[in-house]
Parts: sequence; structure tokens; C-alpha cells
Amino acid sequence: MKYVDEYREPKKGEILLREIETLSKTLNKRIKIMEVCGGHTHSIFKYGIEDALPNTIELIHGPGCPVCVMPKGKLDDAIAIAKHTNVIFTTFGDAMRVPGSNTSLLQAAAEGADIRMVYSPLDSLQIARDNPSKEVVFFGIGFETTAPSTAYTILQAAVENLNNFSLFSNHVLVIPALQALLDNPDLQLDGFVGPGHVSMVIGCNPYKFIPEKYNKPVVISGFEPIDILQSIWMLLRQLTENRCEVENQYSRVVETQGNIKAINAMNQVFEVREQFEWRGLGYIPESGFKIRPEYARFDAEAKFAIPNNQVADHKACQCGEILKGVLKPWQCKVFGTACTPETPIGTCMVSSEGACAAYYKYGRFSKVLIESAIVA
Amino acid sequence: MCLGIPGQIVEITDIKNKLAVVDIGGVRRQVNIACIVDENHPPTDCVGDWVLVHVGFAMNRINQKEAAETLQILQELAAAQAALSN
Ligand code: SF4
Repeated sequence: MKYVDEYREPKKGEILLREIETLSKTLNKRIKIMEVCGGHTHSIFKYGIEDALPNTIELIHGPGCPVCVMPKGKLDDAIAIAKHTNVIFTTFGDAMRVPGSNTSLLQAAAEGADIRMVYSPLDSLQIARDNPSKEVVFFGIGFETTAPSTAYTILQAAVENLNNFSLFSNHVLVIPALQALLDNPDLQLDGFVGPGHVSMVIGCNPYKFIPEKYNKPVVISGFEPIDILQSIWMLLRQLTENRCEVENQYSRVVETQGNIKAINAMNQVFEVREQFEWRGLGYIPESGFKIRPEYARFDAEAKFAIPNNQVADHKACQCGEILKGVLKPWQCKVFGTACTPETPIGTCMVSSEGACAAYYKYGRFSKVLIESAIVA
Repeated sequence: MCLGIPGQIVEITDIKNKLAVVDIGGVRRQVNIACIVDENHPPTDCVGDWVLVHVGFAMNRINQKEAAETLQILQELAAAQAALSN
């Protein structure tokens, strides 16, 4: 496939690995790089990138998986809406198995709630057109990559005056989360692989505070293995040359100013919440989107009574430390035993973009067992 | 969750609602193109464009020149490595 295959060729990977090796020898110290986006985490495991890198380079898997950061209370809210008899609740498949305090959406569906998986918010809009006597709710999750699509969906509903459609907005924002991470003294990082598709919307400039205030380089990266290796190489080059800036490896898709039309649609429909709760990370100021009062008739929070309870995480769960990159998955006591992709306790085990699921799925489990045996 | 797939626009199906058909590795799918059209690039000019598709929307056009330049850097690295090992 064009724009995919050419970024997967092993030969090109070898060239980059050689350069990375040379630069890491020059640097001659341990380097910690965080990939922010769950899509990158997934690629890194799928293509075995971590194992191919020199062992002085450590990749820290960041909080950029919207499913992983969804707090239990929000899931409970979604389930409460879905259980209304007149509601058809629509969601991306990713959210189906996320555990709430008692059940998941999948279990609620098995118990009779009308919950449907959709590929696009526009599919949800079609369900609303087809079912005028029902209230159709779309569970809006995701970062700035996804928020423009739900914004356009609401604008379309407004054009059509489709008053049986609403959005339960749980959109989260990348920059405030990065800010919160950078202010955490536990986490010592040397640089960031920046999220490619979030940046396709917001552009490169919002990351500038990272080199300017925190003195750490950022390279915005595509998702294929060659993209990620090239981004790591670019980061190492900045470190060896004592440069510190925002660079864009993914220039075939990301423009410096982002996508103005997408940003405008987002700003027209959404406003920033004072604060928003992230699983494991707690409340982060100005880190989520809610629907503006002008579009309240499409706001599920205005249409339905939402329990809005704060629910503590399972006491064994270390997802917060995983999402902050402070702990590795195998350091969680329930990893691979009580917590598996089939019976997840924490969110990082649910999504294939979560660090725990990635370690579990791509064979880290055995390596990890050996490692922990040596430590013990 | 933030995944996107490259596809090529093959047909505009609804100019008013900005809907088009993209070919993604041989599979055809309807997408909304509101994010990538403006006065300078109306829907009718979009056929043949390569775009990045995410949850039913074409989120950005893929820039062919930039794509080639990214790969060009690799060729230069390969040439430099070959020269060194000779
Ligand atoms: S193993 Fe399970 S409970 Fe432990 S951190 Fe990972 S997802 Fe959370």
C-alpha cells in the first residue's frame, strides 16, 4: 500500500539503526525517550523496535491512549446513559471492554442495553436518522485527532435539526497532559517522540514550550517502523548537537500550523473544561472538551442525569504509574495473572495501545518472567 | 485510537454534505472531506488526492513531496554508510 509499505522496509530500518548506534556511542549515557501516543507504543511492540535499539536507549510509554486514561466513573456514567430504555448508545469498539466499577459496556449490552459499535460518529448520526423515536447517544472519546470528527458530526446534526442525537463528550487534550508529566519530578526524560495524528490537527507550535521551558527536544513522528526509528535518530542528533527544538519527521501529513479547518470546527463546538479526570493521573486542569452552550441540545450531559461519581481504581492497579512511565508493566503485581487482556483489571490491559496489553501480547511476558526471576 | 490510514479519493458522492469515496488498499469506503476542502481546493478538485483517513473523515492531505524527502534522507544515509565501509 502506498505511503505504508515504503516505511516498513527492513533495509531502511538497518540504516537507521546503524546511525542510532553511532550516536548513542557518542552520547555514552542512558537516554530515556517517551513516546506519548498509544499508536506509537503499539507499533514499537509490533515491530520489535525496543529490542532492536541499543540497550542504552530506554523507551517510556506515555499516556496517549484515550481508552487507558478513561476513569471508572466516566464508564459508569456511559453505562447509566446506555441503560435508559429509550436510548441507543453508540461507541467505538475500543471502549467496549473498559471496566467500570461493576460492569463494562460489553456486559451492559449482554444484559439488554442497546449498545452498538460504530466505526465513525457519522454512523451514529445515521442510526439517529433511522430511529427518530429513539435517543441516540455517541460516546465521544479520543484526543484532538478524533475531536474534529465529532465536532463536524454535531454541526451536521444542527444543519439537519436532528434533535434525537447527542454526544457524551470525553475528549481529552494532549498538551495539558504533557505539562502535568513534565511537572512530575519522578520522571526524568531526555526527549519526546511526539504524537503524529494529534499534531496533524494542532500542528507543531503547541509543543514549543517543551524545549523552551523544559529543555527537552520533541520530534513529531509517523507510525510506521521507519518513521519511529527516524524520529529516534533525529532526537539523538539533537542531543549530540546540543540542539533542543520541535522537529517534524511526519511532514508528509503534519503541517506546522496544523489543520485550521479542523481546529475551527473543534473550537466552534467545544470549550475547554476547567479540569478533567484521567485514570491514574487524577484531575488535570483544562485537559478536556465539553460542548458549548450553543450546542446544548446535542449535549448528553444536558439531556440525561449523569451520576458523575468519582470512583477509586482497583487497589492492586498500577495503571497511573504505568501511564506516567514510572513503572514497567511487569512491576504491577497483577500483571499477567489477575490482569490479562481477557479479564482486565486496569485500562492499560484493555486497549492494544496500552503498555500492559502490548507487553502481554508481544511476548514480553516470558522475557519479563525471566527478568523478575533474576531480580528476585 | 489515533490511528489513520492512507487512502486515495476516487469519487465525490455528495458535494453539499462533502462526502467522497476513498480507496484504502483496494477497499472502498465513504468519508467526509469537510476538513480538507476550501475555496482554493473545492470538492471537485479532490479526486486523485491522497488523504489520511481517521474514523470516517479525511483529516489531511498527504504531501507527496514531503514523503519523498523523508525517504531521500535515508538514501543519503545509506550512501554515507557505504562510503565509510569502503
Ligand atoms: S497489569 Fe493491569 S492493573 Fe496492573 S498496571 Fe497494567 S493494566 Fe493496570
